[in-house]
Amino acid sequence: MLYRSALNRAIDECMGADESVVILGEDVGRYGGSYRVSEGLISKYGEKRVIDTPIAELSIVGNAIGMAIAGLRPIAEIMTVNFSLLAMDQIINHAAKLRYMSGGKMTIPMVVRMPGGVSRQLAAQHSESYETLYSSVPGLIVLTASNATYAYHGLKWAIKSNDPVIFLEHELLYPMDMEFKEIQDFDPFRAEIVKEGRDLTILTYLKMRYDVIEAQKELKKFGIDAEIIDLNSLRPLDIETIAKSIKKTKKCVIVEEDHKTGGMGAEVVAQIMEECFYDLDAPVLRIAGEDVPIPYNRKLELASIPTPDKIVDKILKWKAENGI
Amino acid sequence: MNRARVEKFYYLMKLGREFELKAKEHYMLGDIAGFLHLDIGQEAVSVGTMQAFDKGDVFTHYREHVLALARGMDPKIVMAELFGKKTGVSKGKGGSMHLFDPKLDFYGGDAIVAGHLPIAVGCAYARKLQGEKAGVFAIFGDGASNAGAFFESINIASAWKLPIMFFAENNYYAIGTHISWVSPFVDLVEKAKNYMPTFTCDGMDVCDVYNTVTQAKEIIENGLGPVFIEAKTYRYEGHSMSDAGKYRSEEEMEIFKRKDPIENLKKKAIELNLVDEKYFRELDAKVEYVINEAVEFAASSPEPEIEELWEDLFCKECENVIP
Repeated sequence: MLYRSALNRAIDECMGADESVVILGEDVGRYGGSYRVSEGLISKYGEKRVIDTPIAELSIVGNAIGMAIAGLRPIAEIMTVNFSLLAMDQIINHAAKLRYMSGGKMTIPMVVRMPGGVSRQLAAQHSESYETLYSSVPGLIVLTASNATYAYHGLKWAIKSNDPVIFLEHELLYPMDMEFKEIQDFDPFRAEIVKEGRDLTILTYLKMRYDVIEAQKELKKFGIDAEIIDLNSLRPLDIETIAKSIKKTKKCVIVEEDHKTGGMGAEVVAQIMEECFYDLDAPVLRIAGEDVPIPYNRKLELASIPTPDKIVDKILKWKAENGI
Repeated sequence: MNRARVEKFYYLMKLGREFELKAKEHYMLGDIAGFLHLDIGQEAVSVGTMQAFDKGDVFTHYREHVLALARGMDPKIVMAELFGKKTGVSKGKGGSMHLFDPKLDFYGGDAIVAGHLPIAVGCAYARKLQGEKAGVFAIFGDGASNAGAFFESINIASAWKLPIMFFAENNYYAIGTHISWVSPFVDLVEKAKNYMPTFTCDGMDVCDVYNTVTQAKEIIENGLGPVFIEAKTYRYEGHSMSDAGKYRSEEEMEIFKRKDPIENLKKKAIELNLVDEKYFRELDAKVEYVINEAVEFAASSPEPEIEELWEDLFCKECENVIP
């Protein structure tokens, strides 16, 4: 199943089952969605529930919060996480805080969906990964969908959740044809063990999952059997699954597309230190994006983020340096 | 104007005034902390709007004690919230700026200037979809009328013909910045008139506020889209308790104090022979009793338990899963 079709199916089924579900965003209706996620929904559910908004991200999220207060279940689509900075006040100061500062009186059943990450030569203002900004906010649930199965089940869960969910997608994944599995007892907060292994634990999420899988094929040639874990949920973080894996492998690598400084990996490392420091044979290795805005030139762009080759090189070097 | 209306208007404005004077007193005593934004001088707006817009949803900014009381919130739980007590309307987690009660369709208490306007617009969208006629009331100050969220909101509400009343409470000052220094218009209706029908009223006259809101809300109820009302008013106190308000002249203050909404309503009602002085003395006594009761309730209420720090972040079904 195409990744974008899995998202579409989740929205379609929720809209079909519950008329309080609406979707709003730039070009979600008549145009069919910037990445075709909402394709076909307007002809099925009409323009009142598939809402074309102006280019006003603050209002897209703010309006969604108001709709949620009034009893709807809005899905706000932001064209890319880069533009969500314009909506940050609504996401952080309002969606995340209204319930708490009202003493539990307010309920905000809302999803903000948005893709991020480096696509192909879109330059600095269209290529960022801001998961770390949102996953640092109490009151938000932050999920990432790296595959069709999680995209479908995770988004359905998010739409039905009574709390605000930030649902992160990746621009390069939309057209990918992926394996799809129906899951009966889906748990959105559970990390996925993509591949079992005994030598080291590689933690990753979103599009980097595929770069790590590529890298593992190469690592195997060096006799390294890595366990690959897709975090899925960034807030809350499934530290239990991570700690269990590290207990077994004694070594941990984090691969993320986000900038290294203050990126998601930084928080994951901190939690590993708290949970299973004494299980580690070596310092955790972070393989992350460089600390620069993403450049346009393809060579420079690729140099700014992890690639399968770089992941392999860095892991081999780290192993040698640490004698592990 | 009739006797019943005079009683309602006077009682609520006096209740608001005395509530705030008492809150000020207890702020000085240290029982109330943080930011305390008083509405003193602006009671006609809070009471006139809430009496006229008696159905539908209300979204407000942080200067909202009197608006909440006029909407029907119990003075006891409002005062308890100011005292930061467990019995407060937001369990002591919100304070003065964050009063919420969905049972009264009263949705805060927002302390990001203009931040509540897009939310109010979204609520209006939902109400239109749900076929609710009463619509949404969103009040904001002159300061908010310069923010991007305001312009996005009037644009969307107008484009989609949403049932929402934008009520601009123009007290001329955004903390210490006069509206004329930062806006091409001192009359805020100028900003909205190409988007929707606009109205102006005297924010120091509760009857005028009431009548204008009553007239404007018909447009909303008839499904004809949004309306915009501007009321010029004046706060006698500083922006908050931490502001002495020295940027305003005594002459300017005197002009507005002569138009005091409570005193003028009283004078007018006596002139019209609707009621006498004694009638107001009785209402004053009732207000005093209610306020004292509220303070007593707030003072004697318990503090929240430490365990409550981690409560109310998520809905129950999520609390089971999220640590």
